[in-house]
Amino acid sequence: MAAKDSKAYALWVAFVLCLVCSMLVTAAAIALRPMQQAAKLDDKRKNILRVVGLYQEGMDIDQAFKQITPKVIDLDTGEIVEQIDPATYDQYAAAKDPAQGGQKIPGDADIAKIKYRPRYATVYFLYNADGTPRTVILPISGYGLWSTLYGFLAVEADGNTVVGINFYRHAETPGLGGEVDNPMWKKQWTGKKIYDESGKVALHLVKGGVNPENPEAVHQVDALAGATLTSNGVTYLIQYWLSDAGFKPFLRKLSAQHSAVRTAGGE
Amino acid sequence: MADVNAKKILLDPIADNNPIILQVLGICSALAVTSKLETALIMCVGLTAVTAFSNLFYSLVRNFVPGSIRIIAQMTIAATLVILVDQTLKAVAYEQSKPLSVFIGLILTNCIVMGRLEAYAQSNPPLPAFLDGLGNGLGYSAILIVLAVFRELFGSGKLLGVEILPLVTQGGWYVPNGLLLLPPSAFFLIGMIIWAVRTWKPQQQEKPAFRIQAGQIHGVEAH
Repeated sequence: MAAKDSKAYALWVAFVLCLVCSMLVTAAAIALRPMQQAAKLDDKRKNILRVVGLYQEGMDIDQAFKQITPKVIDLDTGEIVEQIDPATYDQYAAAKDPAQGGQKIPGDADIAKIKYRPRYATVYFLYNADGTPRTVILPISGYGLWSTLYGFLAVEADGNTVVGINFYRHAETPGLGGEVDNPMWKKQWTGKKIYDESGKVALHLVKGGVNPENPEAVHQVDALAGATLTSNGVTYLIQYWLSDAGFKPFLRKLSAQHSAVRTAGGE
Repeated sequence: MADVNAKKILLDPIADNNPIILQVLGICSALAVTSKLETALIMCVGLTAVTAFSNLFYSLVRNFVPGSIRIIAQMTIAATLVILVDQTLKAVAYEQSKPLSVFIGLILTNCIVMGRLEAYAQSNPPLPAFLDGLGNGLGYSAILIVLAVFRELFGSGKLLGVEILPLVTQGGWYVPNGLLLLPPSAFFLIGMIIWAVRTWKPQQQEKPAFRIQAGQIHGVEAH
């Protein structure tokens, strides 16, 4: 063995130390990976259940999630794409991959500031007892003040009425923009209408609170106090994801189907 | 005798030689993770585990590590432990670990960890080194918990997410102090805690590094 202050000895110690440490890190990463993936999936499912009001603390998530069917849709046509498995498809990764239909959004069209748009998106269906869709849950994302907000918007089968909204990942200022997590604020979204008569996205946040007398109130939600930029971000991401570039073709198909079913049922 | 010593090593950093209020180390994460008690508690556990075990493991190998690479060796051990803590949190407390994300990784750059490795574990046997790391972690934790209780209670009327002071916005009577939810408030609070502790224990007061004396004002030129 070389002398303690020699370079060879220092290199040898460094090598052994790094080897032992890297083996520990590798072992931990591999051993914990299944648990981490399960935790991540559980978290996502919890948030999907939350947005339609089905989540309760301590419930069996696997059991509860059986009510919900994920499907991949083509954003351009609004059609369901059965060939893509929703269990393995990751639309946020696919958005950056041209091979999977991902595209860069031109600067002026990128109101939600997300840079990339996927061709295919995963939506979640909640069905009625007779097998017709009751609610669809749409993934939404957009930039606020500090961070990209990721969340879900649940819409009724008429393709126009909001059931709920929930953001599961963001880093907005706690107490200000972070109030997107406030249950009282989220409650206001229920029952709001997305599109106006002409089919334009009318849903948006308003500063100073919604005046219920205003005929527009059905399209309006209170902006967050002290968080103008986060509020604008939420409005833009809603406008983007419900426009033609987002889920509008899909929601149109859904609402056509829905009214067809209702007419048939009424006869 | 040994028992008294061990107790002193463990308890000293909590009040008499606290890493945050006396040594003023580890401030950045104390500002960032204390707006909620739950995140603060997870951070405390994470940091205490890292300081205690990195001290222990480094002390075990300290006699084999040549002085020329000791800092790198200390960092490698601490970094390994930080990754282990991060990976474990992601597996067992995913939802709670989300708001902490980057700060768990930043435990490595927390001056307390490196400070104790170099100042204590470098020249002491494993058991006292472990206790020293544990004690410093607990000293950090004590301040974090005080800050987080104050900030969450008066900033959002809650403790561990349970409503204590009903908020005006939800039909109660308490108007929350929004400033407490922002990082600078922790800075003010730490300042006040340091003031209080140094009034209580005057031996912690530092001597002024320099004091201007009469007639000397022209003497202090560019240094």
